[in-house]
Amino acid sequence: MTQLAILTRRASLRGRPGWSALVLLLAVLTAAPVVSVLLDGATSEARAWPSDLGAMVVTTVLLMLGVGAGTLVIGCGLAWLVTAYTFPLRNLMVWLLVLPLAMPAYILGFVFLSTFDAASPVQQWLRAHVNDSIQVDVSTLAGCAVVMSLTLYPYVYLMARAAFAEQAPTTYDAARVLGASRRRAFFRVLLPMARPSLAAGLALVMMEVLTDFATIQYFGVQTVSYGVYTTFKQSFNFAAAAQLASLVMLFAVVVMAGERLLRGRARYTQRGGRGSGLAPTRLPLVKGLLATGACVAALLAAVIVPVIRLTGWAVDHARNGDGRPALGEGFLQALTNSAVVAVLAALLCVALAVLMGHALRLGAGRLVRSAAQLTTFGYAVPGVVIGIGVLLLLRHLDGALVAVGIPGGTGLLATGSVVAILCAYAVRFLGPAFQAVDASYAKLPVSVTQSALSLGSGPMRLFGRVHMPLIRPGVAVALVLVAIDAIKELPIVLMLRPIGFDTVSAWVHRLATENLWGLAAAPALVIVGLAVVPVAILGRQVRAADRREGGRR
Amino acid sequence: MRTSALLATGLALAAFATTGCSVLGGEDPADLQVYTGRHYGSEKVFEKFTKDTGITVDILSGDDADLLERIKAEGAKSTADIFMTVSAGPLWNAADQGLLESLDSTVLDKAVPAQYRDADDRWFGLVRRARTVVYDPAKVDPKEFDAKDTYAGLTDPKWKGRLCMRDLSGAYTTSLVASLINLHGYDKTLAMVKGWLANDVEIMGNDVELLEAISAGTCEVGISNHYYLARGQADGELKDVALYWASQQGAGVHENISGAGVVATSDAKAKAQEFLEWLATEGQDDMLEGNHEFPVNPEVPADEAALAFGPFKAMSVDAEAYGQLNPDAVKLLAEADYK
Repeated sequence: MTQLAILTRRASLRGRPGWSALVLLLAVLTAAPVVSVLLDGATSEARAWPSDLGAMVVTTVLLMLGVGAGTLVIGCGLAWLVTAYTFPLRNLMVWLLVLPLAMPAYILGFVFLSTFDAASPVQQWLRAHVNDSIQVDVSTLAGCAVVMSLTLYPYVYLMARAAFAEQAPTTYDAARVLGASRRRAFFRVLLPMARPSLAAGLALVMMEVLTDFATIQYFGVQTVSYGVYTTFKQSFNFAAAAQLASLVMLFAVVVMAGERLLRGRARYTQRGGRGSGLAPTRLPLVKGLLATGACVAALLAAVIVPVIRLTGWAVDHARNGDGRPALGEGFLQALTNSAVVAVLAALLCVALAVLMGHALRLGAGRLVRSAAQLTTFGYAVPGVVIGIGVLLLLRHLDGALVAVGIPGGTGLLATGSVVAILCAYAVRFLGPAFQAVDASYAKLPVSVTQSALSLGSGPMRLFGRVHMPLIRPGVAVALVLVAIDAIKELPIVLMLRPIGFDTVSAWVHRLATENLWGLAAAPALVIVGLAVVPVAILGRQVRAADRREGGRR
Repeated sequence: MRTSALLATGLALAAFATTGCSVLGGEDPADLQVYTGRHYGSEKVFEKFTKDTGITVDILSGDDADLLERIKAEGAKSTADIFMTVSAGPLWNAADQGLLESLDSTVLDKAVPAQYRDADDRWFGLVRRARTVVYDPAKVDPKEFDAKDTYAGLTDPKWKGRLCMRDLSGAYTTSLVASLINLHGYDKTLAMVKGWLANDVEIMGNDVELLEAISAGTCEVGISNHYYLARGQADGELKDVALYWASQQGAGVHENISGAGVVATSDAKAKAQEFLEWLATEGQDDMLEGNHEFPVNPEVPADEAALAFGPFKAMSVDAEAYGQLNPDAVKLLAEADYK
């Protein structure tokens, strides 16, 4: 072994105590609110598990499997379609297909039911024109899985597309040259190589499924989160609810373990810098139109039809409503608040995620890696639990500050505050941010880091000049994911907001709980519109990357 | 890259400037901080109160359970002066956990009948909502209902395939079942709920959906809060759905209350009490406006749409029972496999 190689090995293996400590500190900070809730729960009495817990667990598993399969088929299939082929409108579809991310599942769920359930116009028409005994129940587990798959598939789509576009080409070409058919090369070579990215995408999907309580409620699907919700909201037993929430986290642990298992020991980094990109084949006209049709169908179901329905209600309300304006006084302020909180949360979470990714890359032991993994569990914790946890922590913190002679402590607790909301968001959304950033780091060959280190660049310079430019796609995805989640997030806002502080999601929630969909439709459209902004930015990035690769070819 | 980084930093700074200022001080807090689970149109009531008395009010709206837990977590430093809910359950729970102050008010004692307030005067009902039977008059003759115990009557096999009910979201189904447990005992109520389910009840996500199903003809009979029907009909819809006051020859129809109490850690208890007194008397009309609930104050008339349903007898259940029996109701519904 040459001198240089030994040096680089040392440099990469020993790690940097400072950076490692940072990751450990972050892990402690993000775990603290959840742990404080669990401790609070463990110290109070009266904790009975719900009697139908077994059924809830089964339902949760079934829903996760259903949504997992749905998002995998839709997300992975569409990603392959737009990567491997050209067809009419393909360049537009590449980024339009990300749009369903902007549609909160609880809004799509409501629109879906009002369009297709037994009392809906669709079934009324069927009864009038086809057979008057038609009454199909769509508020089922299957219906719920369909709605969730439609809104969540972009997670898988984004990750799969990045994987196909970035790392596949040379290997794929080799498989083709060696005589494998397109299909065989896809299933035997590309898909296995995309496994880490697909697993990361699926893990995010699973966590969303685990913590959802609004959509499942519409569909009457009783998952464990539903149990948390009813125990808390109906029995007012927060301790028991928190205990049940720990079961949700246990599911998350299983998901994480599953992801690790899927990834296996394999590390798929690409050789020789960015690939030249898969050369897409032009599909013949009929097949091409079918491909366009598949993309349009996904968009129709997840975005276009719901937006049309919502617009219809909004217009109807404006014409025939009781005169109350749908976007009344204070709505503009709520909109600004949502946007500001989303931007701040995205910057905060991504900064933390990048710091962790960088620290891990500088070399870290098992402990530090586990700590980094720990920070992502917040994504599987119901927002209510995190909200209460932050409040409890603030109370302890204030108590401690008063004890050392600072009157009033932080002063944050008394009013509820945006700072508290951001803390809670950091706990909850560090998961998706880190997943995206880490996936980018995973594709970065260790040799690049080692070379830079052995050539004498310090950690900061390495980060600024080498890592950052290379992980930019992951950072962009992370920013967008957090921003969108932050716009849609509800329980944390409701729990921690200061008096008089409204967000668009809280606004819609207030109307939706009272079933005032005429009034809620316009604000719901604004949520979708607001979430489209980061999605469009992401889409532009995807297209720009396409063009760069095209130019190089 | 550099421009976008600059842009991001600029945005972040601007963001802090706008939200930071408004949150970390700036405006003076109002005289009263009201944590309220009441949602729709409640702002107007508070504005009217300020106009009448000069006392300013800030509101923090949210779900009953969330707000209760927030007051608890904030502890002694909570700014909340008033806790206002849409159901008796959370009020009972808040009082039970020592979060509410016992009030000594002759105005409230007179305005709020004893059955709608806490025995120790820690909380007071302000408006009432009835949960009763709604039906499709084209397919159902109201004589088909059991006038003595209408809720239990729906277990009759003649209703098979004709019923719609609400799921466990909102407090409504749970508090109905809690009051039935109070009336009949656990076992009999369990048998009743199982009897409903044996009639292939279709469980719906909310009352409006349920009323629309009856209107669309996919369902004949349901149980709903009266004001959802009143609201729909006031908007010119749901004209083909009728209301039946349940159990009029028996125990009476089930009612829940929306009410409030003064938070024990409040530093403005006198003003908070004045607020409750105003709500229970002069403010009753403003509370009812537009949402068609019934007043608790017997001297105040309900609004037109609510009165149109005709007079009725309410179950003389102490509202306290809902809170106390809520956990039992949740357990019972799970045991009966009600989803």
